[in-house]
Amino acid sequence: MDFEDTATEAAFRAEVRHFLEANATRRQAGQAESEQLDVQASRAWQARKAQAGLAGILIPTEFGGRGGLPIEQVIYDQEEAQFRTPPGRLFMITFGMCIPTMIEFARPEDGKRHARAAIQGDEVWCQLFSEPAGGSDLAALRTRAERQGDEWIVNGQKIWTSYAHHSDYGLLLARTDFDAPKHGGLTAFFVDMKSPGIEVRPIKQIDGSSHFNEVFLTDVVIPDTQRLGAVGDGWKVALFTLMNERVAVGRVDGPDFAMLVAGLRDVERDGRPALAHPTVRDWLARSYVLSAGQQHTMSRVVTALSKGRQPGPEASVLKLVGARQLIDTAATMLDFMGPAGAISDVDERSDGYFQDLFLRATGERIAGGTEEIMLNVLAERVLKLPGDMRADKGIPFRTIGTQAAAGGRP
Amino acid sequence: MLSGTAALPSELWAEIAALGWTGVAVPEQYGGSDIGFEALCLLCEEVGRTLAPIPFLSSSMAMQAILMAGAPDEQDRWLATLADGSSIGTLAIFERSGDPAPDAISARVIDSRLDGVKIAVPDGTAADLAIVAAKQADDEIGLFVVALDHPSVSRRSMANIDGMRPQAELRFSATPCARLTGGVDGWNGVEALLAKAAVLTAFEQIGGAQACLDMACDYAVKRMAFGRAIGSFQAIKHKLARLFIAIELARSNASYGAWAATQSDRGQLLEAAACARISASEAFEQSATENIQTHGGIGYTWESDCHLFHRRAKLLAVNLGSTGYWSRVLADLVIPASDREANHGF
Ligand SMILES: Cc1cc2nc3c(=O)[nH]c(=O)nc-3n(C[C@H](O)[C@H](O)[C@H](O)COP(=O)(O)OP(=O)(O)OC[C@H]3O[C@@H](n4cnc5c(N)ncnc54)[C@H](O)[C@@H]3O)c2cc1C
Repeated sequence: MDFEDTATEAAFRAEVRHFLEANATRRQAGQAESEQLDVQASRAWQARKAQAGLAGILIPTEFGGRGGLPIEQVIYDQEEAQFRTPPGRLFMITFGMCIPTMIEFARPEDGKRHARAAIQGDEVWCQLFSEPAGGSDLAALRTRAERQGDEWIVNGQKIWTSYAHHSDYGLLLARTDFDAPKHGGLTAFFVDMKSPGIEVRPIKQIDGSSHFNEVFLTDVVIPDTQRLGAVGDGWKVALFTLMNERVAVGRVDGPDFAMLVAGLRDVERDGRPALAHPTVRDWLARSYVLSAGQQHTMSRVVTALSKGRQPGPEASVLKLVGARQLIDTAATMLDFMGPAGAISDVDERSDGYFQDLFLRATGERIAGGTEEIMLNVLAERVLKLPGDMRADKGIPFRTIGTQAAAGGRP
Repeated sequence: MLSGTAALPSELWAEIAALGWTGVAVPEQYGGSDIGFEALCLLCEEVGRTLAPIPFLSSSMAMQAILMAGAPDEQDRWLATLADGSSIGTLAIFERSGDPAPDAISARVIDSRLDGVKIAVPDGTAADLAIVAAKQADDEIGLFVVALDHPSVSRRSMANIDGMRPQAELRFSATPCARLTGGVDGWNGVEALLAKAAVLTAFEQIGGAQACLDMACDYAVKRMAFGRAIGSFQAIKHKLARLFIAIELARSNASYGAWAATQSDRGQLLEAAACARISASEAFEQSATENIQTHGGIGYTWESDCHLFHRRAKLLAVNLGSTGYWSRVLADLVIPASDREANHGF
């Protein structure tokens, strides 16, 4: 495994650093990253990166990207993390999932147009997959698309759609055949979020903010040219998107070690500084070990990428470990603070970061595939253990039960 | 074999030596093949996977001690027979219960004569020479090479939980010894040596952990209950997936440790070794325990191999100090003592 850059990697890192030094300010150790999402600033930052040729690093040049290597994306991300920049979250779904899917499945002219627009910061995309009846069991979704000549008429409801309220376009998965078995009746499209019949309603999240939405689709018209893949091949498209999603969400953003230390600096325990207390020190050391494990696992991913190999299951390992660690970290930090741990006031004593994290972190084990589903995937794909028993295989979607069997809990 | 006092299976050892395993991390001028420390790590992983009953780790640690702390003429003198496997080395550091500490060393060397008692010495009955940590007249700790065939050494094999990785008590009375004078001294030197040993051990632990996970997965697809393979129950699947994760994290930390062991920054080595050791100890102990659990009743029998790994996992988790000890070592390295140093870490 490589823990040092090759000469070309080092040169690219220097280029990135040069750009960042000139366009952003360095983050102080122990300082929290801003969680506020400023849409205009995020779009402007995207445009600035595009000017410098550092946006769309993985997108082929004929689609307006840099045509770079995965390792270069990793290097860019590592460097940007050390600077205060508008959070990249707004574009995470755009570049992590939607644009790669467009490049793979859309007509080349559409792929080109939208990839270029996204790279410039002109288009934000969302993923219209999950529904009330289809989350982990995504293929159980019920939004209906019916063909009428060269168009499709779509009716249904999506939910948990991140950034739908900021999005220009969306990737849509709908059911085109209710008589085929569950996975066989789906078709994928892309849709203009300004189409008549689309209504976006914000959902208030656990921490009171609203980044995800309900999206209602009523007689929305989508031209057949916006179909992705063949009719009935939607699951194949979705798997492609989800595969990219697993890689995109592989890294969980959280406090670095210096922030934990900074957060405990003024805390006391048993009449001495918490940082001098054996219990606290043991927890910090173990947290360090976990973070080191993730960092070096990332090096393994990077080494595989830099040798032109596909990384193995490491990316899902990172998500599983990172999400769990995030929750444990927030909860433990509040414990260490004692009664003050419950206070989320922002004042000179506290920036409320860990209180905020305590709420926010719980979503990481759910978004992008729940912990349980990802453990299933690891067990089945990597360890080759048998699949779960299921009650929905090989029968028409229409006949699959949707109510819990009688005799369950009242 | 499973008695803790077994004699060395010399055929296997001879074969391993003939393959050149023992000399991979020793420079050519001292009789090795100089393939490197990382190659040694991979061999340790293989030994861990197969539970090979050979003093490979012990002898490798002795060679590392000589490479680290020996002056050139000392390396010249001691390494050749270790590197070709014709002699066996070990480390003799610990004397009583509790984690490694300078105060826990009372063995003493005066005028090149060693007095003291070392316990839990790995492969202590089979070894030809030991690297012993002992205090000198001025209380400074040093590392000493001791030929164990000297009549002033008495050895007693100690029964242990492992049973296939013998340990011994060594008593020295006015035993001739030679100090390693290459410049690595004091408790710092012992710590650095333990750190290298921890990295090698981490690979052995990962090999063992992977073997446990492989065994458990094999069994989980074969064993039927309630009309289906037990591996289709999520309680089993998720448990095994979590072991996979623990092993992968440990593998990452150990790989970094292997790299850090070849660099010259002592702090970096200690930090990397602590991370490797803590995660590898936990991964192996969990894997060994859950392998037994996945096997059910058969896992509790003498007949199955499950317990051999359970035994080995505990031995390796304590033999260089507990995870609690390594957690303290790491905390001292990474938690800054004051605001000025606050920018250490990830
Ligand atoms: C912050 C956030 C952002 C999101 N953004 C988007 C987005 O932009 N676009 C989008 O399409 N979706 C998005 N999602 C939705 C997300 O993908 C789903 O919430 C997730 O897949 C789980 O589906 P669900 O909520 O229906 O839970 P359910 O599937 O109902 O799961 C409930 C519980 O049951 C468990 N469970 C379900 N099936 C199994 C099984 N087979 N074995 C064991 N346990 C099981 C789950 O693990 C979970 O613990 C977002 C979610 C969050 C939290």
